[in-house]
Amino acid sequence: MSVIEATQLTKVYSDLRAVDAVSFRVATGESFGLLGPNGAGKSTTMRMIGGTSLRTSGTLLVNGLDPETHGPEVRASLGVVPQTDNLDTELNARDNLIMYGRYFGLPYSYLRPKAEELLQFAQLSEKATEKVDNLSGGMKRRLTIARALVNEPSVLLLDEPTTGLDPQARHILWDRLFRLKEQGVTLIVTTHFMDEAEQLCDRLLVMDHGQIVAEGSPAALIQQYSTREVLELRFGSDRNVALVERLRGYADSIEALPDRLLLYTADGEAVLARVRADGLDPVTSLVRRASLEDVFLRLTGRSLID
Amino acid sequence: MTEGVDPVGLDFNALAYSGRALGSARQAQNVHRWGWWYQAEWRLLGMKAYWTSILGSAVLTPLLYVLAMGIGLGALVDSSSGGVEGVPYLTFVAPGLLVATVVMSSVNELTFPVMGGFKWQKLYFARAATAATPSQVAVGELLAVGVRMVAEAALFWVVLVALGAVDPRWSWLMIGIAALAGMAFGAPLASYSATLEDEGFEFSMIQRFVVMPMFLFAGTFYPLATMPLYLQWIGWISPMWHGTQLARAVAFGLPLTNGEVAMHLGFLVILLAVGIALTVRNFTRRLNR
Repeated sequence: MSVIEATQLTKVYSDLRAVDAVSFRVATGESFGLLGPNGAGKSTTMRMIGGTSLRTSGTLLVNGLDPETHGPEVRASLGVVPQTDNLDTELNARDNLIMYGRYFGLPYSYLRPKAEELLQFAQLSEKATEKVDNLSGGMKRRLTIARALVNEPSVLLLDEPTTGLDPQARHILWDRLFRLKEQGVTLIVTTHFMDEAEQLCDRLLVMDHGQIVAEGSPAALIQQYSTREVLELRFGSDRNVALVERLRGYADSIEALPDRLLLYTADGEAVLARVRADGLDPVTSLVRRASLEDVFLRLTGRSLID
Repeated sequence: MTEGVDPVGLDFNALAYSGRALGSARQAQNVHRWGWWYQAEWRLLGMKAYWTSILGSAVLTPLLYVLAMGIGLGALVDSSSGGVEGVPYLTFVAPGLLVATVVMSSVNELTFPVMGGFKWQKLYFARAATAATPSQVAVGELLAVGVRMVAEAALFWVVLVALGAVDPRWSWLMIGIAALAGMAFGAPLASYSATLEDEGFEFSMIQRFVVMPMFLFAGTFYPLATMPLYLQWIGWISPMWHGTQLARAVAFGLPLTNGEVAMHLGFLVILLAVGIALTVRNFTRRLNR
């Protein structure tokens, strides 16, 4: 069964086609990602799913209901984690969970014990009576995610869940999200981090300028749009571009970035050896597995994070 | 370690679907009925943070005014002219001060807090992501401020009675009148606050060029009729004057015709209704972009 069915979904602001005829489906229990740079239309798509942004055209069903005409019904089955934490800074961590839960028509007798469980989930039990202002960025983010779970949603919408967090905090969050997915919660994640998309998502839409440029699992996308390995070479910023033509024959394709050259090939070490044998001496070199970053670069000619 | 159980002993199955939460259809049903109240409940809870200032304005303001106006200015007015509208100056001015104080507190509640809900803390956007609707959020905000006004007016009235400034028999009706006047000014103001995108310097303009002139020229301190006609219009268009006239009628029997009562009440009710409608519209527009 589909949790979300979007057909030709379009949102036009006065001067911008933020989302342009996007169609996709998300199945129950799936972990689905929208990957793209800032301004690709990911957040707008998320807000249309919650019925808080009215679409210009197209159809959209969430759990079989149109969020524009059945907003409360749709949102009662959703947990929304917005891009920026909008916690109530006047309240402490526990009251943030309880008061938010009230907006789902849930009684205090349910919310009080639920808040304790969620604080435990967010590893914030010791901070229950702490005002939100006194929590670190990672704690606030975890509290925002815990808050989104207060109504036991079947679908969790996460807009850039780990932006601004340090690596350790990100890994803790990914672990928590993965556990929720194991329990059958459908995750819909927007991100401009390829590692996050690879970690969290079964299936991805790659978006750019409001349109879908590719769709598939992270592994399938990499296989389809990239080679197995990538050789990164740095010759110094002035020489990089000059050497593109000379290296053309060495790899399946080459992308020139301002600071380095990316050579796409099945066997990075072999190409590196040939480059060296040819008398070209890169300042640094790196052989790595291809990633979604490479897929995006190949599809759009731009990197994800400008 | 059992599958699905966290090292800290938390059952993740129970977290996602404990079976204790109401189903989403029931949640939505409750919110359809009570969503406006959840917002009011939250806003009133937030007022706990500054309840001392609410109490202060409700208790200290009448105390100070009665001392200054009743004993100071009042003595002068009464000795030179024998009072105003046939009553001692304190009796005349007390209902006006009650209404003016309540109207002015609507400015505190419905300017920066409303703009901040969209702009700074963005709490309204958090509400919009719940099962509640933007119109419920708008109505709940106004309702909570209305509750505050009733409480503030009631305390103010108790102090006035204790000080002997008003006769308690009918004057308790001023509580409702003051709250109505406060919301008749506050609701349109809230609808305007909901449209602001910048840092709200407009509010100091409103304070200076709307609230202050209203306080000084809407017949709070003297009958409006003593002003030249070219200044009286300030009173006619201000909720403060309409509220004050009604408050004087119930407090000391200022003679009003039935037509005048209907006009004052009608003005306030229409302004309130328009204000509520515009606030609902502007909240919905901004939260549904």
